[in-house]
Amino acid sequence: MTFDLIIFVVSAAVAVFGATMMIAQRSPVASVMYMILSLVAQAVCYVQLGAFFLGAILVVVYAGAIMVLFLFVIMLLNLRGNEDMGAPPPVLSQFTKLVFGILLALELAFIVKAAPFSGSTTGIVGAKSDSFGSVKAVAEKMFTDYLYPFELTGVLLLVAVVGAVVIAKKRHLNETGDSAGALQNDAEVKE
Amino acid sequence: MADYLFLIPLLPLIGFLINGLLLGRLSKPVIGLVACGSVGFSFLLSLASFFELKGLAPEARQITQTLFSWISADLFNVNMGFLLDPLSAVMILVVTGVGFLIHVYSIGYMGHDKGYGRYFAYLNLFTFAMLTLVLADNFLLLFVGWEGVGLCSYLLIGFWYEKQSATDAGKKAFIVNRIGDFGFLIGMFIIFWNIGSLDFVTVSRMAPEVFVAGGSLITAACLLLFLGATGKSAQIPLYVWLPDAMEGPTPVSALIHAATMVTAGVYMLARTNVLFILAPDALMVVAVIGALTAIFAASIGLTQNDIKRVLAYSTVSQLGYMFLACGVASFTAGIFHLMTHAFFKALLFLGAGSVIHAMSGQQDMRHMGGLKKHLPVTFTTMFVATLAISGIPLFSGFFSKDEILWKAYSSSTNGAWYFWTIGVVAAGLTAFYMFRLIFLTFYGSERMDAETKRHVHESPKTMTVPLMVLTVLSVIGGYVGIPQIFGGTNHFEEWLLPVMSGPSHEVAKHALASAGHSAVEEWSLMFMSVALVAFAIYMAYYFYRKNTAAAASLAGRLSGVKTLLANKYYVDEFYGAVIVRPAVYFSVFLWKIFDVMIIDGTLNGVARLWRDVSDGLRYGQSGQLRSYATIFVAGVVLLIVYFVAG
Amino acid sequence: MVPVSAYLILAVVLFGIGTVGVLVSRNMIVLFMAVELMLNAANMALMAFSKALNLVDGHVIVFLVLTIAAAEAAVGLALIVMVYRNRETINIDRFNLMKW
Repeated sequence: MTFDLIIFVVSAAVAVFGATMMIAQRSPVASVMYMILSLVAQAVCYVQLGAFFLGAILVVVYAGAIMVLFLFVIMLLNLRGNEDMGAPPPVLSQFTKLVFGILLALELAFIVKAAPFSGSTTGIVGAKSDSFGSVKAVAEKMFTDYLYPFELTGVLLLVAVVGAVVIAKKRHLNETGDSAGALQNDAEVKE
Repeated sequence: MADYLFLIPLLPLIGFLINGLLLGRLSKPVIGLVACGSVGFSFLLSLASFFELKGLAPEARQITQTLFSWISADLFNVNMGFLLDPLSAVMILVVTGVGFLIHVYSIGYMGHDKGYGRYFAYLNLFTFAMLTLVLADNFLLLFVGWEGVGLCSYLLIGFWYEKQSATDAGKKAFIVNRIGDFGFLIGMFIIFWNIGSLDFVTVSRMAPEVFVAGGSLITAACLLLFLGATGKSAQIPLYVWLPDAMEGPTPVSALIHAATMVTAGVYMLARTNVLFILAPDALMVVAVIGALTAIFAASIGLTQNDIKRVLAYSTVSQLGYMFLACGVASFTAGIFHLMTHAFFKALLFLGAGSVIHAMSGQQDMRHMGGLKKHLPVTFTTMFVATLAISGIPLFSGFFSKDEILWKAYSSSTNGAWYFWTIGVVAAGLTAFYMFRLIFLTFYGSERMDAETKRHVHESPKTMTVPLMVLTVLSVIGGYVGIPQIFGGTNHFEEWLLPVMSGPSHEVAKHALASAGHSAVEEWSLMFMSVALVAFAIYMAYYFYRKNTAAAASLAGRLSGVKTLLANKYYVDEFYGAVIVRPAVYFSVFLWKIFDVMIIDGTLNGVARLWRDVSDGLRYGQSGQLRSYATIFVAGVVLLIVYFVAG
Repeated sequence: MVPVSAYLILAVVLFGIGTVGVLVSRNMIVLFMAVELMLNAANMALMAFSKALNLVDGHVIVFLVLTIAAAEAAVGLALIVMVYRNRETINIDRFNLMKW
């Protein structure tokens, strides 16, 4: 029972636990909390895999930004977790869905088990370099081989931001009831 | 002549097309001219071909013309071809000659009818079909003509289609004929199946070799052919359409039901005499039915009050004589009577038409009387015809009927005294009811109402001239067949001999041989029949001229018999209950149960099934994202299994 | 030492939990988070393979996936906000207009 193994087992267990609890919560805020817990555990796993930079990025971006965004939306919509969701769905259908999920997981596990290198513990190709997983290594790769996707992702982010703004904008209606010229109205109101 | 044979049926067909297609545009005189002219030309051509045939040696009297090959299917070959031999020559002369006279007569009779053009078109079509029938050189073409005359009789019987009774009569004629046609077809099949050809010349030549004489196959075929003949020529059991067919215009009755169409059956028997001689049992059946029909119909004719009904039953009865003749293998006598009957029966019908025309449509003899002085020409001609039909010596009917009676007694094939007896009794009845008709119509007190009486007038020339021509023929028509004992030669029999039993008419001569009967027998039988006829005429005179009260009292005492006869032995009612009603029930069953419930039910049921299925399936489109996702995941699971395991 | 397959199994398990979460939850927010969880599971798998093949490409790809996940989360949440404005509910079962 090496130290690595213990760390892995604990963090994996926490990750799974967090994920499971997340989907079973009534209150959305609690769900977000559990998600963050799971993410942090996953970050530990990343670090154990030698991905120092990405582990940090995971916590900062994912748990720190995206989950906070979720919290903002929950706050905006004023969700308390006590909304009336209607009648609970029939147990059989819930059970069936659970079964499908488990089946899927089992199948994928089976496939994974058959992968050629799954038994190796460290790596199969060459010796690990000390800078594996460091910022330097990742940056070197990204700005040379993966420059094009990197730039495109930047554009994608821009598009997403603009899109989010446009979608969520409040629309004012004219006397005739449609929203044509709504932006103009906003400008007039401002004056 | 061989090149022009096809014109004989073609000219009336052209007349039909012109009149039929240009109905509204042609004026009445033109229609009449086209119709009569086409038949008239056919008659001239028939005359020319007759003389040409006469010029040939008796053995070589056969002119054929094949227009084209109609059906050519490996083993089954039928040509559109015409055969002119002594038998068909006689037939075309009768058809076109009498037909022409009737066409001319119709110009006057139907002059005021609004269906004038349609009438002449149908009449021409009928003539075309009849000529095809008699000129055909094979069974199938004959059958085409056979069906064609059946169709035309339906069209013409139901000519005044706005009258319910007329359309019913037309349908009845067609349907009853159909039953006979079914027999005809099966008979044809048997012949073709065994001989491999439907050509008359081939069949006549090969039949004695292919069929076993007296065997069941040929007997069956002949009986089936005879069934067709009973339908067309109104014998028992398929005669019921002919009396009802009097719903049509009177010239139609004259042409179709006296002179031509009904004689198609007799012609067919004569044409296939080779086959019938090979089946004596079938011939016996023919003779029996012919004799029974003759006396049966004559008995019904005694009590009929409609002038045309009397003549209708008389036709059925006379046809029975013709079949009796065929049944004793004396086909020539049958055709002889066919010819003379055409003359005097057509004359009788046309005369009756003249009477009805004069009486403004009245057909019941009880409302006639004393017309002798108003309609002199009509009276004279009808009187001559009545003498002919009764078989008074020196008139045409005497020679032909006497020939039949003698052969019925003496023929070596089925000839017997009982056939002769039945024939003579029927002859007596015939004389009785025919003279009854004359006395009731032309003599005695005038029993019509005043309105009709004022309009009584003799018919126009177009109607009386044909009557006179037919009268002459009724008198002299018999002289072509004077029997030997009178000292003359039977030209008619000689003329037709080559047709009988094919090339080797020795067989026919043998069948006709009056073996062992003497001239004395012949004379005495002749005297007996004439005496009975004279007695019958006197009885008619007694009851309907001298002492009309006696007729009424006799009718009262025999009222049961009279009702039976007046109601035609209830045959129509019997057929209606036994045949027609079950057929109607069956068809209603097929309609209500089979068509509506089973077939429609199945179709609608299938449609309903699919509608219900889709009704259920549509709930899959729930709009619920999670349901869709679930099925999605299930599909992925299955796909992975498929790809991993496969 | 921990075999690489263990991390893969972990990824698979997380993915399964995410799938079940998508199917089961009626709350749109939670459903969305479950989708994010599935993305994370894929990331985990990529990291494991990156370690196994000793290539840093995997890290780069995970980096880009993270970015995309962020963009997608932004747009998705904007949509949820707008939908809530119209219908006053976040129960995904209520949005069933595309039905029979």
